[in-house]
Amino acid sequence: MRINVLVLLLLSNLQALSQNCGFTLSGILTDLHDGSVLEGATLIVAGSELTFVTDFEGKFTISNLCNQTYSIQVSHPFCLTKGFRVRISGDTFKSFKLEHHLEELNEITVDGKITSKESKTLQENTILKEELERFSSGTLGDALNSLSGVSSLNTGNTIVKPMINGLHSSRVVIINNGVRMEDQEWGAEHAPNIDVNAINRLTLIKGAGALQYSGDAMGGVVVVESAKIPVKDSLYGKTLFASNSNGRGSLITSKLTKSYASGWYASLQGTFKRFGDSEAPDYVLSNTGVNQQNISVKVGLNRFDYGMNFYYSFFKNEIGILRASHLGSAQDLYRAIKSDIPLLINDFTYDLSAPKQDVGHQLARMIAYKRFGFGKLSFQYDYQRNERLEFDIRRGSDRGKASLDLQLDTHTVLLDLDTNLSDNVDLKTGLMGSYQNNYAPNTGVRRLIPDYKKYDFGIYVVSDYQLDSNWLFEAGARFDYTYMDVYKFYRTSFWELRNYDDDFSNLVVEKLVNQVLARPQFNYYNGSTTLGATYDFGGDYKLFLNYSIASRTPNPSELFSEGLHHSAARIEYGDLKFNSEVGHKLSLTLERINEKFSFSLNPFINTISDFILIEPVGINNSIRGTFPVWEYRQTNAQLLGMDFNASYVFSEELRFDHLSSMVKGYDRLQDEPLINIPAINTKNELVYFNPKIKNLRLALQSEYVFRQNEYPDTNFEIYIPQTETRELVDVSSPPNSYHLLNFNSSIDFDFSEKSSLSLGFGITNLFNTSYRNYLNRLRFYANDLGRNLLLNIKFNY
Amino acid sequence: MRKLNFLATVLFTTLLFVSCSKDDDSTPEPVNEEEVITTLTATLVPAGQGTSITLKSQDLDGDGPNAPVITVSGNLSAGVIYNGTIELLNEMESPAEDITEEIEEEDLDHQFFYTIGGGLDVTTSYENNDSEGNPLGTEFTLVAGAASSGALTFTLRHEPTKPNTGLDDAGGETDISVTFNLTVE
Repeated sequence: MRINVLVLLLLSNLQALSQNCGFTLSGILTDLHDGSVLEGATLIVAGSELTFVTDFEGKFTISNLCNQTYSIQVSHPFCLTKGFRVRISGDTFKSFKLEHHLEELNEITVDGKITSKESKTLQENTILKEELERFSSGTLGDALNSLSGVSSLNTGNTIVKPMINGLHSSRVVIINNGVRMEDQEWGAEHAPNIDVNAINRLTLIKGAGALQYSGDAMGGVVVVESAKIPVKDSLYGKTLFASNSNGRGSLITSKLTKSYASGWYASLQGTFKRFGDSEAPDYVLSNTGVNQQNISVKVGLNRFDYGMNFYYSFFKNEIGILRASHLGSAQDLYRAIKSDIPLLINDFTYDLSAPKQDVGHQLARMIAYKRFGFGKLSFQYDYQRNERLEFDIRRGSDRGKASLDLQLDTHTVLLDLDTNLSDNVDLKTGLMGSYQNNYAPNTGVRRLIPDYKKYDFGIYVVSDYQLDSNWLFEAGARFDYTYMDVYKFYRTSFWELRNYDDDFSNLVVEKLVNQVLARPQFNYYNGSTTLGATYDFGGDYKLFLNYSIASRTPNPSELFSEGLHHSAARIEYGDLKFNSEVGHKLSLTLERINEKFSFSLNPFINTISDFILIEPVGINNSIRGTFPVWEYRQTNAQLLGMDFNASYVFSEELRFDHLSSMVKGYDRLQDEPLINIPAINTKNELVYFNPKIKNLRLALQSEYVFRQNEYPDTNFEIYIPQTETRELVDVSSPPNSYHLLNFNSSIDFDFSEKSSLSLGFGITNLFNTSYRNYLNRLRFYANDLGRNLLLNIKFNY
Repeated sequence: MRKLNFLATVLFTTLLFVSCSKDDDSTPEPVNEEEVITTLTATLVPAGQGTSITLKSQDLDGDGPNAPVITVSGNLSAGVIYNGTIELLNEMESPAEDITEEIEEEDLDHQFFYTIGGGLDVTTSYENNDSEGNPLGTEFTLVAGAASSGALTFTLRHEPTKPNTGLDDAGGETDISVTFNLTVE
């Protein structure tokens, strides 16, 4: 390699002097591995004195070149120096790629840094390690919540489900170290099973454009990555201890990495977390503790032209659910809504009792890649086992036994090819095959999710073309085939009510006394495409335009739900007749990146046909009283909104950050607002950071959430025997707007060149404000969290 | 290239393996719900002469779409004192499971409430207690007053606050709520 460079350098000295030499070579330098731009690289044109350094967007311009072939040597502090041959004919544009050996220890954090990586025509938002460490006591959802356009659907403060531009659950795909998380994400009270402390980098793509991962990410894709490991001999680690006043909880997380110059490395990470009952400003939120453990191991070989790695993680989370939210009937719900305080408040405890969830998620991934002349080929196999136990309050011999027990196994194989068709055209293509098996043992409670087997096959191709230094175009397509083979026991009364005995009589396997065993075998064929362009104005401004079509197969709960969801005290009905929903999202982003004033403005419109939603439709009388019935239905939905980020730098030490997002969702068939759409919210933060005073960082953040004024009326009436009246159960009115103030600070102490200590202190909900959040499923029963003091101690060694 | 072949082989073997595992079909076992109460029967036996009255609410599909079937065997007689007993059954299981026993075993965690409405002139009182001396209410006394008609509601609360002064401060969760329309003649 080095000899080639020398030869090229020598050859290029033979310069013809008689040519027209007024041409310009411009281009962009990116990392071969992940496409991120390389700033501060030096380009030397062999045989001349011409030297250039790439700017912070990885760009360079070399002028006064002649129509001939040049050799250019490109070097970067963390990369192997490489020679390139460039043929100049007129003004030429060229993109170079270097292999960037990431210097983990020296990595610079830039909040909300934008790199074009997963999708080149959708703006991406990234959260890096230092920022993530501020959420070490929280959840993945809390960290994502700090980005504009992201909100969350919560069950208390421990089950935090990310919501992107108003969409959540199966419409948000989470890729954990290259593996699509299969953790029964369909349920509104199922949070992603990821330890925020195992993550080094979090990337958010607000749209379905990242087709290499999936074609059904109507809302968006969250890419979670563990740390990249440098190719050099080193041993380093980190231990973080965090303590919280609210919940009287602590957390310890530790990570140790060993790497070799040969490319081999190993990394081990673990977390223990234990929290007791959280507290609202005026009372204890009984049974809201958490008990969480996580361990992850990564072993691999990283060479320029080939490599492999193995990743394994085990995440275990036991979460208490507010005791007062466990209800027997709609009459209880009415009492709970009428009451200002939870119907049950006990003294603080660390113990967890029913209702609670106990979830275990294991993930193993093996990936191998090799670079050939035509590109980089990689093969991945991954296996996931998700075990989910949900405990309700039970009676008799079933006391202490789980009501819901699900075991979901998923095997996936991926074959991907990443290649450059020419200097300016990149192509990514691949195949995916996956097998999933859900098994629900008998718990004495009817299965909410039936036993099923699911087979998926996918194929995609995505290509981008860098036309010149201004324009980049991207196009992609993906096809997915899904086959589901299900065994489901239906209640005979429901089977007949829905007319399934006429429409689906061919599915009946067996008829029992009051149940019907059906075997639905369904096929779904889904296509998705993305089309986009990026225009770089050459200065501070850049424009992203993307149009994506996504298709999503209905998930098992949408198809097969039938019966009482005990923890929610509501009856949920799915529908066998559902077909795939198809979303068209048009998104535009204008961004300005400048040392003084930066912003990004991102309007979008997402039109989804056959959108599946669940909402209350009425009541059902039973011997236990009245239950609200929630039914899934398909409609045509439209979501439109805008995200806005801005930051202003007053001085080297002081900056101001602003974030706001707005989304409106409508049911176009029934001409009414959609349920559970986030209210307009805005965050403003003043940050003081001084590298001269031991990286002292002081941040004051204000968060204002407006009241959601657009919501469907899903209230219903029930009969109350004591008063002999019919009363309205108000389940739709959103709570009032609220304002929270948060403070955060940190300071670093260096012991030696290789070890340092960081101290952090923060307060959330500074004024101990009582509030309720529209998107918190427990808002009917209790206030949200009160003031919390956080203390963080971190050792790097 | 050898590596490529190897990868391809692994890929297709896995796919093959995956597609072959399709045939191990076995149907899941049916779930018979264990804690469901399908039937409440309150039997009112007159202390002296007269006919017994049976109040029954039966909901054989549990929380399924069918509403409970409510039957009242006859009218109450004015001035008569009735000894009442409540029986709870899960008729989804075969033979039917007697849930009353479970309730009486976990007496500290349960309490029945009787709510009278719509001008019905009757009074009720508890006849059995839990192990701490607070009312349980699977046995009760009903005194029929003057001729009238109205509703009598039986409510069973799970894990109520004990002692309490009635449904309003009892808390807990509703296990049963059944209303019978009665007439005193």
